[in-house]
Amino acid sequence: MFFLTMIIRNAFRHKMRTILTIVGVAIAVLAFGLLRTLVGLWYLGVESSSATRLVTRNSISLVFTLPISYKDRISRVRGIEAVSWGNWFGGVYIDPKNFFPNFAVEPKSYLELYPEFVLSPDQKAAFLLDRKGAVAGRKLAAKYGWKVGDQITLKGTIFPGQWDFILRSIYRGAQKSTDETQFFFHWDYLNETLKKTVPRRADQVGYYMIGVSRPDQAAEVAVSVDRLFRNSLAETLTETEKAFQLGFVSMTEAIMIAIKIVSYVVIVIIMAVAANTMAMTARERLGEYATMKTLGFGARHIAVLVFGESVIISAVGGGMGVLLTFPAAHWIKTALSQYFPIFSVSASTVCLEMLAALIVGVVAALFPTWRGATIGIADGLRRIG
Amino acid sequence: MESITVKPPIVQIRNLSKSYRRGSQDIPVLMDINFDIGEGDFIALMGPSGSGKSTLLNLLAGIDKADSGQIMIGGVDITSLSETELAGWRSANIGFIFQFYNLIPVLTAFENVELPLLLTRLSRKERREHVETALRLVNLADRMDHYPSQLSGGQQQRVAIARAIITDPVILVADEPTGDLDKVSAIEILNFIDRLNHEFGKTVIMVTHDPRAAEKARLIRHLDKGVLSSG
Repeated sequence: MFFLTMIIRNAFRHKMRTILTIVGVAIAVLAFGLLRTLVGLWYLGVESSSATRLVTRNSISLVFTLPISYKDRISRVRGIEAVSWGNWFGGVYIDPKNFFPNFAVEPKSYLELYPEFVLSPDQKAAFLLDRKGAVAGRKLAAKYGWKVGDQITLKGTIFPGQWDFILRSIYRGAQKSTDETQFFFHWDYLNETLKKTVPRRADQVGYYMIGVSRPDQAAEVAVSVDRLFRNSLAETLTETEKAFQLGFVSMTEAIMIAIKIVSYVVIVIIMAVAANTMAMTARERLGEYATMKTLGFGARHIAVLVFGESVIISAVGGGMGVLLTFPAAHWIKTALSQYFPIFSVSASTVCLEMLAALIVGVVAALFPTWRGATIGIADGLRRIG
Repeated sequence: MESITVKPPIVQIRNLSKSYRRGSQDIPVLMDINFDIGEGDFIALMGPSGSGKSTLLNLLAGIDKADSGQIMIGGVDITSLSETELAGWRSANIGFIFQFYNLIPVLTAFENVELPLLLTRLSRKERREHVETALRLVNLADRMDHYPSQLSGGQQQRVAIARAIITDPVILVADEPTGDLDKVSAIEILNFIDRLNHEFGKTVIMVTHDPRAAEKARLIRHLDKGVLSSG
């Protein structure tokens, strides 16, 4: 108890220095937490992928399409339970800066394959019945103030023209990690419009979604599907949804690695700052440590004082950083929702933040502790006066 | 070897030498020191700066190591003790009074005096009783909750004296105890130290430049260039 009292009083002996160090640690831990959250989110699509869903696309590239006629042949492959299909629509709402993911999908099979998109039964029925009907995620609808029944017009970028939809349903995510900023509508509406306007682009799909009953069937089914279309004009590449998502992530992996490195560099920098503070502190107190040793206190007592002070400062800073992470993440989610529809700080990120703060405290205390614990009494006493 | 007292010696110093290394050079500070201090003596060590008196005091108090020679205190050869053993021995046998008081600024007068008792098995209540007694002895019972920065130099030195005697050590070592004090406070502190010697029988070894301080001592020894001479 006595030592704890002394540690706390020592920690706040130079209030300004301690406060600045605490603020520095807090900002570093906050930055670390936000960067780690960002990296985690990048892989969220991968992590939340279903092990029983496969994606079949054109083997050349995702920008090349596949004929709709493949649907029947794919659905006959053993092990396949459901087949859906869709196109990336790429429409913009009023202004190009209003970006959100939008797809033309086969609605019934799509919703069966994606039970994480939860629609109320009556809204779902209304959506399935209306060919111009569309569904928007809860966050997307809230952002633009859409209500069920509203007419929404998207400007096509891949499929030129003005595209009018009636919002028939607003879905919510079954899990916290489900993206609630998506917009999807009937593939038939797209296809029939294309038949009239650009017939050569009709009856083409961007990808097929395949549902299998068991994850262990995924590899066999993928091989079987791709074998069906070998040597055709549009050969396929079938992979698990996770591998499909990883393909997107890998395009930006260098950026993610850079962000990860920056998150560690931030911690190393604050470690150096905290170590400098603790070194200054210990140097100023060498005389006091020598006095305590004179009175019979040992190196371990001095080590407890220096370590305790460093860890307390880092823990306070770390705690503040962790607490600030939540409002900061909320602000990012609100202000930058088009880029970060989900920006939730995970429990593992909070643990990492606290661990980082603890490491900062321990590492910062190493040299000062060694210095304080090993200084000769006569040497230390000479520093007084 | 010479005997400087008729009382049984509590301190026996034999062939004590100490040098410091500066670069590649050994600078001798103490050379072949021999003398005894009797129990209850009050001895003043005087000499010019750099004569080795503080070094001798440090060696006697077990806070520095000699190059050669022997220091027997109360029958214990402290030159043969390890650092850990020395720490325990110091806390039980030596009380320190420093020139600059060496109080811990973040602790109150009470807590500063209590500090050495934290290494004992005394209960909190017993520690409180001891500390209050010691602070009453130095007339600071009403200032026990004050921090060092709230006390005058003389008051701080009195707290330091209370801290020095709290474990009831046999020997008090004082390094220039009046060196940082005004005349009035210096006299007050010397009177306290004198009282501890006379009334409580503490053996006092004091390093000083101040002839008035030395007058309080029963014996004065001079050090010059590391060599001891009688006063």
